[in-house]
Amino acid sequence: MSSSVLFDLPGPRARRRQRIGTVVGALVIAALVGLALSRLYVNGQLEPDRWAVLFDPASGVPQALWEGLLNTLSVAAVGMVLATVFGALLAVGRLSDHRWVRVPVGLVIEFFRAVPLLILILFCLLFLPTVGVPMSAFRALVLGLTLYNMAVLAEIFRAGILSVDRGQQEAAFALGMRKTQVMTLVLLPQAVRRMLPVLVAQLVVLLKDSSLGFIVAYFELLRTARSLVEFFNFSFGNRYTFQLYVAAGLIYIVVNVLLSTLAKYVEKRTRRSAKAAAVDEVELPADVQMGGGGGTVTKA
Amino acid sequence: MRSTRRIAAFAALGLTLAACSSEAGNQAAEESSAAPTVAEDVDFPAGSTMAALNEAGTITVGTKYDQPGFGLLNPQSGDPEGFDVEIAKLIAAELGIAEDDITWTETVSANREPFIQNGQVDMVVATYTINDARKQVVDFAGPYYLAGQDIMVAEGNPEGIEGPDDLAGKTVCSVEGSTPAQNIRDNYPEAQLTTYDVYSKCADDLRNGNVQAVTTDNVILTGLVAGSDGAFELVGNPFTEEPYGIGLALGDTDFRNFVNDVLEEAFEDGRYADAWDRTAGSITGEEAPEPPAVDRY
Amino acid sequence: MQFLSDNSDLLWSAFLTTLSLAVVSGVCALVLGTVLAGMRVSPVPPLRGLATFYVEVFRNTPLTVVFFFLAFGIVEIDLQFPSRFITAVAALSLYTAAFVCEALRSGINAVPPGQAEAARALGLTFGQALRQVVLPQAFRTVVPPLGNVWIALAKNTSIAAGFAVTELTASLQRLANVNADQLLAVFAAVVAGYLVITLPSAWLIRVIENRVAIVR
Repeated sequence: MSSSVLFDLPGPRARRRQRIGTVVGALVIAALVGLALSRLYVNGQLEPDRWAVLFDPASGVPQALWEGLLNTLSVAAVGMVLATVFGALLAVGRLSDHRWVRVPVGLVIEFFRAVPLLILILFCLLFLPTVGVPMSAFRALVLGLTLYNMAVLAEIFRAGILSVDRGQQEAAFALGMRKTQVMTLVLLPQAVRRMLPVLVAQLVVLLKDSSLGFIVAYFELLRTARSLVEFFNFSFGNRYTFQLYVAAGLIYIVVNVLLSTLAKYVEKRTRRSAKAAAVDEVELPADVQMGGGGGTVTKA
Repeated sequence: MRSTRRIAAFAALGLTLAACSSEAGNQAAEESSAAPTVAEDVDFPAGSTMAALNEAGTITVGTKYDQPGFGLLNPQSGDPEGFDVEIAKLIAAELGIAEDDITWTETVSANREPFIQNGQVDMVVATYTINDARKQVVDFAGPYYLAGQDIMVAEGNPEGIEGPDDLAGKTVCSVEGSTPAQNIRDNYPEAQLTTYDVYSKCADDLRNGNVQAVTTDNVILTGLVAGSDGAFELVGNPFTEEPYGIGLALGDTDFRNFVNDVLEEAFEDGRYADAWDRTAGSITGEEAPEPPAVDRY
Repeated sequence: MQFLSDNSDLLWSAFLTTLSLAVVSGVCALVLGTVLAGMRVSPVPPLRGLATFYVEVFRNTPLTVVFFFLAFGIVEIDLQFPSRFITAVAALSLYTAAFVCEALRSGINAVPPGQAEAARALGLTFGQALRQVVLPQAFRTVVPPLGNVWIALAKNTSIAAGFAVTELTASLQRLANVNADQLLAVFAAVVAGYLVITLPSAWLIRVIENRVAIVR
């Protein structure tokens, strides 16, 4: 961490100050958490029965949440595969020697990054059927996620291809390979290898964005939790509302943290392997991590 | 090692929690389902929608998933339940389609017309008010029920709301794309309208005090009141008439006539009243209403 | 086109709502994110830990879940936002701050360590070194990433449509429902509304980037 040069190792007095500060800060945070917990307790939110419903198979909740998670994962997985394929194609197109390929492909990428994901999904769901494309909530969601992710991945792949050492390309040409061969046999495999950690990290983004399915009535995790809330509201009022939302939120965080950890592990492996030596630290830009395609300004 | 221990601790916690079973689990599914008799050996004119659906052996029905008594998804069975759902099952049965072969799709107020127009659903039975604007784009069979727009307020009616005119200056919640929302926008512009995609969010907002009233058809509100544990009450002063119809593709007159015939038969032979008693009636405690006259426009 | 002029009031007010959502949340997120970034590079370990925890939580939570929680969850601890617009601003700001922090941190890390070392060698304190040497340089490299975060935020405001804020996407849903035969025009109008925000922003970011870029 380069910022560590910003300060010296703290001396005894600074350490004492820090310790006091830490204790005070911890007390303040503990007080806030305690306050929140006490409010929850007063409102009866901590009653064991209210939480037991999450683990009680007779209530149908664990099964429903599990199914919701599977639906979320399958949308993300299908979307990821499609986006990777199309993203790679677009990246190659963007690097084409021909202007008539390069420019339109660039426009496609720019467009899908400039439009909100929700609008893309709604477009797929509401408009495409009017021109004869059969649609379901699942397809609309997958298509929406694919469209913007392929644009994001195209940029990532392009950067990856460009980062492959020039010598590789020159050597391949010198061996008499054709343009297509150089791209598919030499450049792309190395780029994908380098970009593997970023691909896994992008999966986290996709998983987060799949929660937009609740707007098109696809029963992913969040919509499932919502539906359970509605069902229980009828017999029990808002008895389980808070618990179900907390459960859905925690499941997202746990799954995503696991995926992020996997991404870091993959990155470590890639960097250790000799072939991919000299790879810079690859990291998803902050705006892309926000989901929905991130910003639109790319390095020229 | 440490992580396995942690997992074990979590599992133990889960088991302890599971051991003390929940109230919600104990009430699970005392099913009172009486599946309508599926018609066999039915004969439909070749080329008609009925023949096509009968041939396919399946039908896609759009309904609400969040309206107690009319269409509410039961996460334990994975299927919606309610009066609308029963009506749809009646019609499917007459087409020779068993209830297990119906594909349910959630239609919210804002996507009913596009779904019908695009052919994403074969019919919509979803507390769907017949009106002239909608008749421009879809066809309606029915009506099969007459509702009226009413207002739901917090317990004790702290704002003293007795009718739509009292909504002036108050925040009132309804659902985007529904007739009640449009009615407030057009006729009571002084009310501050907030809209969601589903009524349950309106109910949440009323409970939070974020809005002072929720307005929509009385039957929908009755379901919400029943589930509120005394937190809400109905003003009980309906100020519109909302005939519920079954949304079908525009111009398919044969299919519309067929559905109308089925409805009239069901009105006559008691299946209609039976469907009501098992669903909405069990919430409101009211007798099945006198079926409205089908409007063959 | 008749249809567009009929609904121009709705579309215009929806556009203004989207814009103000983006601007207000953008400012809040920038302030909060800068504080978080300062904490992440600070000498005090608990502050670093707290900021890291914050970023990790929000990075792994869907924005929709944040919205749900603020709109319907925090009532249970007796908190309540005065309006749905403010709920949306809070959700967008809290979420975006984590990414502002990430963008700033990577900018700070991009400043060559020699700069900080030199500052320290001259006897500047942590605060001085950060304020007078590192941050001014960091801000230059973070113009594009921060700008991108802003654009992503502008697009993310669309999620507020699901939470009773009548912004562009909500108006799209309303119009699409009533004018099912005019779908394409509805989509075009709303997409144009977003492009009016995102495209000039992108252009401005490039201009600023070229102005302040340091050639190393």
